[in-house]
Amino acid sequence: MTTSIKVVAVCGAGGTMGAGIALVAARAGFRTLCYDTQDASLAGARKRAERFFSKSVERGKMTAEDRESALANLVDTTDLGALAEADLVIEAIFESLEAKQTLFAKLDAVCAPQAIFASNTSTLSITEIASGCGREDRVVGMHFCLPAEMMKLIEMSRGINTSDATFETAWGFTLAAGQKPVETQDKPGFILNALLVPFNNDVIRAIEAGLTTPAEIDTAIKVGLGYKMGPCELLDLIGLDTQVRLCEAFYPVTLDPRASAPPLLRRMVAAGRLGKKSGGGFYNYEQQ
Amino acid sequence: MRDYMILQNGPSRSFAEGDAFLAGASDAADVLVLLGGSGEQLPEDASKAAILVELDTECLGVHTGEMSGREGSQVLGFARYRNGNDAPTNLIELVRQPASDPEAISAATLMFEAAGFSVVVCADQPGRIIDRLVRPKYNAALRFLDEGLATAEAMDMTCRMGLGYPDGPIERVERGGLARHCDISRAIFDMTGLPSYMPARRAVVARAREDRQ
Ligand SMILES: NC(=O)c1ccc[n+]([C@@H]2O[C@H](COP(=O)([O-])OP(=O)(O)OC[C@H]3O[C@@H](n4cnc5c(N)ncnc54)[C@H](O)[C@@H]3O)[C@@H](O)[C@H]2O)c1
Repeated sequence: MTTSIKVVAVCGAGGTMGAGIALVAARAGFRTLCYDTQDASLAGARKRAERFFSKSVERGKMTAEDRESALANLVDTTDLGALAEADLVIEAIFESLEAKQTLFAKLDAVCAPQAIFASNTSTLSITEIASGCGREDRVVGMHFCLPAEMMKLIEMSRGINTSDATFETAWGFTLAAGQKPVETQDKPGFILNALLVPFNNDVIRAIEAGLTTPAEIDTAIKVGLGYKMGPCELLDLIGLDTQVRLCEAFYPVTLDPRASAPPLLRRMVAAGRLGKKSGGGFYNYEQQ
Repeated sequence: MRDYMILQNGPSRSFAEGDAFLAGASDAADVLVLLGGSGEQLPEDASKAAILVELDTECLGVHTGEMSGREGSQVLGFARYRNGNDAPTNLIELVRQPASDPEAISAATLMFEAAGFSVVVCADQPGRIIDRLVRPKYNAALRFLDEGLATAEAMDMTCRMGLGYPDGPIERVERGGLARHCDISRAIFDMTGLPSYMPARRAVVARAREDRQ
């Protein structure tokens, strides 16, 4: 797959998603500018990159030479001005419409006119993020899955003003990076979260309604549907506070009752049962 | 190994002819399995440790009657989970009532486990566990398809690659039969009134086309 993109910039490259996205681009041979406001986060991401590529070499997924060139492709910076040479900027900063809009407006002044801006947002509208940035036609949604360096799927969406050429170029980049893009509309949750968030809420409501226990639901779903992980295990992993945030992003936009945070979910968060990270959610993890 | 006997009251969705579970039954045992529902009248037999009524989309209460939330005896419900008309899985959903006999539940669980099944126990609520949880998702996916959110292939691939599911919602609901999905959804909708169980347009169309034949 050939692409006109040569230099990729990742904003928020010190974060969970940004660091993974930078690995995807660097591994595929793109010069990758890793931009973050926090030096320490970039340093952490660099360590993560070294570990990841070394593991890939151990597993025979890349040669030692490839590892060196992938690492050499990664260029850390806290200077927004350095992004002037980017053909594609992938934004993965924290989930705030205002912060993303501000960043894109600043980038518009820095980057070449033909540069494309992509957002990795999970819950916001691509059209709204693009709004007012000065190049609304050159903005796309590019939603990676966690962990980005392991997961091939990317949900690609167009804002109302996105041009066909922009979408095609961004799509071509994902293919050149060895990823698997799917096209979806600029709607809350795209495909994955639009299906998953309400489903997980239904699970919580079923528990609240006394249908059965979390463990029985997980067993049923794993045996009956062949999922690798039950929904309660998954919720504990995602974090119940994150599930509340997802609901709060989607429900006010869609007014779909299934997307609203179930009362039990809010009570569990209030009780400090956030999932694995807090030692307990639907299951207890303290002894482990 | 716990013995069981079978009374066949009608066609069974859990165990088709030739299923090993049928061959494993005894002539007399203290666990009685009623396939295809409870027949004209639910047998009352206090000597049985458990009487297990095979359910379709209906609640167990239809067979046993209900008593202000105090219902329950050694009569339990069950169904072997199937994705619509797909082949049955290895999962038995065992249905209890508020006052169900705990010994009946453990006798039934042991019996099914000895026969090689995984058993989950749930309350007598619409759709039991899996249909209650997956039918709204399939309705949503079918609606998304109509609304142009993504193609069927894109939705299925997203679930397989992004969530690690063995299949996606559209391929799955179509494989199980859209008309059957319509029936299950409608049955749960009748009992819950929740719009998420209102069969999606494509399911209603499939039901209508099957009825024309
Ligand atoms: N975590 C997930 O599972 C997941 C999955 C898919 C998409 N997303 C989306 O990815 C984005 C990032 O999420 P995350 O979980 O990686 O967040 P994170 O908090 O781990 O990382 C955000 C990073 O952005 C940096 N940052 C903040 N403001 C910045 C700015 N103005 N310029 C440059 N860098 C800045 C922070 O220092 C941090 O390193 C969000 O939009 C989120 O919705 C998250």
